[in-house]
Amino acid sequence: MTRILSKNKSASVNPLKSSQPLGAALAFLGVEGAMPLLHGSQGCTSFALVLLVRHFKETIPLQTTAMDEVATILGGADNLEEAIMNLKTRTKPKLIGVCTTALVETRGEDSAGDIADIRLKRAEELAGTEIVLANTPDFSGALEEGWATAVTAMIEGITRPGERARQSKTIAILPGWNLTVADVEHLREMVEGFGLQPVILPDVSGSLDGTVPDHWVTTTYGGTSVEDIRELGAVEHCIAIGEHMRRPAEVLHKVTGVPYVLFETLTGLKSADQFFSLLSGISGEPVPTGVCRRRAQLQDALLDGHFHFGGKKIAIAAEPDQLYQFATFFVDMGSEIAAAVTTTDMSQILQEVPAESIQIGDLGDLEALAGGADLLVTHSHGRQASQRLGIPLMRVGFPIFDRLGSQHKLSILYQGTRDLVFEVANMFQANRHAPTPQELDPFRKRETPGAPRASPLTRH
Amino acid sequence: MTSLSAKIQDVFDEPACDKNRGKDAKARKEGCARPLTPGAAAGGCAFDGAKIVLQPITDVAHLVHAPLACEGNSWDNRGAASSGPTLWRTSFTTDLTELDVVMGQGERKLFRAIREIKETYAPPAVFVYSTCVTALIGEDIEAVCKRAAEKFGLAVVPVNAPGLAGSKNLGNKLAAEALLDHVIGTVEPDDTGPYDINVLGEFNLSGEFWLIKPLLDRLGIRVRACIPGDARYLDVASAHRARAAMVVCSTALINLARKMDERWDIPFFEGSFYGISDTSQALRSIAQLLVRKGADPEILDRTETLIVEQEAVAWRKLEAYRRRLQGKRVLLNTGGVKSWSVVHALMEIGMEIVGTSVKKSTVEDKERIKQILKDDNHMFEQMAARDLYAMLSEGKADILLSGGRTQFVALKAKTPWLDINQERQHPYAGYDGMVELVRQIDLAIHSPIWCQVRERAPWECQPDVKDELPSTKNDTATMRAVQEFAGATRTISAGVEEIR
Repeated sequence: MTRILSKNKSASVNPLKSSQPLGAALAFLGVEGAMPLLHGSQGCTSFALVLLVRHFKETIPLQTTAMDEVATILGGADNLEEAIMNLKTRTKPKLIGVCTTALVETRGEDSAGDIADIRLKRAEELAGTEIVLANTPDFSGALEEGWATAVTAMIEGITRPGERARQSKTIAILPGWNLTVADVEHLREMVEGFGLQPVILPDVSGSLDGTVPDHWVTTTYGGTSVEDIRELGAVEHCIAIGEHMRRPAEVLHKVTGVPYVLFETLTGLKSADQFFSLLSGISGEPVPTGVCRRRAQLQDALLDGHFHFGGKKIAIAAEPDQLYQFATFFVDMGSEIAAAVTTTDMSQILQEVPAESIQIGDLGDLEALAGGADLLVTHSHGRQASQRLGIPLMRVGFPIFDRLGSQHKLSILYQGTRDLVFEVANMFQANRHAPTPQELDPFRKRETPGAPRASPLTRH
Repeated sequence: MTSLSAKIQDVFDEPACDKNRGKDAKARKEGCARPLTPGAAAGGCAFDGAKIVLQPITDVAHLVHAPLACEGNSWDNRGAASSGPTLWRTSFTTDLTELDVVMGQGERKLFRAIREIKETYAPPAVFVYSTCVTALIGEDIEAVCKRAAEKFGLAVVPVNAPGLAGSKNLGNKLAAEALLDHVIGTVEPDDTGPYDINVLGEFNLSGEFWLIKPLLDRLGIRVRACIPGDARYLDVASAHRARAAMVVCSTALINLARKMDERWDIPFFEGSFYGISDTSQALRSIAQLLVRKGADPEILDRTETLIVEQEAVAWRKLEAYRRRLQGKRVLLNTGGVKSWSVVHALMEIGMEIVGTSVKKSTVEDKERIKQILKDDNHMFEQMAARDLYAMLSEGKADILLSGGRTQFVALKAKTPWLDINQERQHPYAGYDGMVELVRQIDLAIHSPIWCQVRERAPWECQPDVKDELPSTKNDTATMRAVQEFAGATRTISAGVEEIR
């Protein structure tokens, strides 16, 4: 059983979290013609925007209700209305995704009521634009919760309720935020390989995949269509990926009766096996030869790679589902999780993480716990700890602002797992140090057993 | 809030601000905050501005009293460089939770956070930033800071600039007020001299102040405090003993300069280290101010000698780029180009300025632009991304010089772009910096990728072939294309043969 150690300090040092509204905005960015709108002060949007741009290296549509002192005292309803109407006129979005912030939530704004009023009052002008609200105060949750809340809100707000005739060979996929653009693209191809038609919500592979459109677009220029979200109840099955996607999947089930299967992760041979068996079952088609070939390639990668992973100590800091994704990957390769840090104790998945204990905390905690580890696994902000500790950093998650192409890195199913094996094995090989006589001297001052240091006999 | 409102009124009524001077009494009273348009606003908040100004002070622990977003979404994001301490890059926040907010535990948490930082990092000072939520729930950070300072025996400085107070620029000024109220003048240095200066509003981005400092060293001028770039707390605390000051980014810290002049008789001038003639002028002005304050006038001659020598070197290096950059058209889109000598230098080597934004420019700036551009149509307050994109995709400029906000407008329009704002990767200050800027412009414009990204896919050109030959069957056209392609392949393999 994994011990969850709660946060025990007042000063958070080097935050691991990105804020909840940012996660919600990210989910809205996976919808075509969308415009996320943060309901708060202009700084809330500015910070989130800069961070998203640094990560994706793309223009990101994101607006603000620009709450100032007066609006904060009198209430933000007018600002919200003005923002929505301005966006409607200027950018003609198909979806405005309103994400609340700590500012308006602390004030106790009734944003849902305000939006209902605005829709009623401005019904004619707002025709053709959906408005969805995600309540995402910064003072709780992080990316994961924000993303899931936004997806849930879209299903509750847009999907037509009621049991419907199911279109055969169609499935809905609800990917967690930790799937990259490459992951979503790959998922689509794999599912289509079985003759199935996927509706993926959100689909960042259409909007944040870094293409060069030949004209200027002010909203997102790809992603799930609003029409597809509306008709989501007509699919045969739903596959949710990541524990945080359980709630949206359950809501979809409740609203439309679509059954769902939840995968905690799609990384690793076992989960990929289950995934492809499921697709084969739903479609009635055999697993394509290409997929079998990829499975064999992964097996070979496991054979070639396991020399480098065995006995390695890994220190991970990530949000719960991503922590689970990477912790299981490393443990399945023969490494051990020497330190695990996450953002919240609210996720069910934490009990499944193969680590002795999990610290709720920040990158300061990671740095304190990771001494003697062979690899740090977290986002780009781990670079300072990596430098100070002299331990290489594998960048995963969000934000990754000091490396290019993070969105195009595959991390799921046979092929993604294979790539991960190679990436990590290569990091170990690049960082191996040559043996020295002092280290190998049998009369050297031996370290106390159990100390968190790799044996000097280990050849990387 | 009332003391904050008074502060805001105070910094808005800035007698030393060119723009403010140009207004009548009524307009001046209204302050310089533009009302923001919800749904069409851009730019950071007052907290952002305050942090930008103070965070480069390298040995201070910067503690943000807020729920996660204010610090969690924004830390370690600026390119200021430090020659020593790295504590400023460590992020500290009270990361207020729902429980903290509801139960009113914020102040106690803040106090404990200061203690933890003191115990673990022992910094010379902790700067505590208030934010929207902590301002809204009425946290008294000044009281907490005062108490913590007494209890822990270190400087704890409240920075009262919550985001909802206004813009980034307002935050810059409120940060300066925090320095004036709590930091500057609190330490008496024992090593003052007649050649001590302060440089205000220099951020040492990409370490560019290190291109300037050796020039000052050569003249025997000592930088008492560079605020905030590469500053240490003690430098700032004893900055009131400098003899003269230069204000580099005047829109940000003009109030700091004026009040230091009033309180401690430190005369200042506004100058810039961007561009050759401005760098020279800045050195000259520093020397003149020091002489006015009693330094030996011989420094004036030494300064002139240095200027002549350095300018000659710089112009010689720039001349090498003339052939490659002559006639290239530059579009400038920044908050406001204060340094006309950059524009001057670009024009000097034959480049053409086809447009510039004047959002933060003064009336005088605009007059200078008019003379340079010869056409006011190319002056714009602020260009919408869509219009900028249209202008660039029509090929009306060879390069856009701007900040990160419009980076992808240029890139998606397949136009060369160079960052000249805070996220830039290269140092552009001083004589060498100007040469580096021109070198980077050259590299950007002449990158071999432009002809590749602008090229359409070969199969997208097919319709043209069809159009030319309406009667020909499709497969004939395809065959032709295949043959052409095969021909090209043959040429390539022939080339390979030759190389072998």
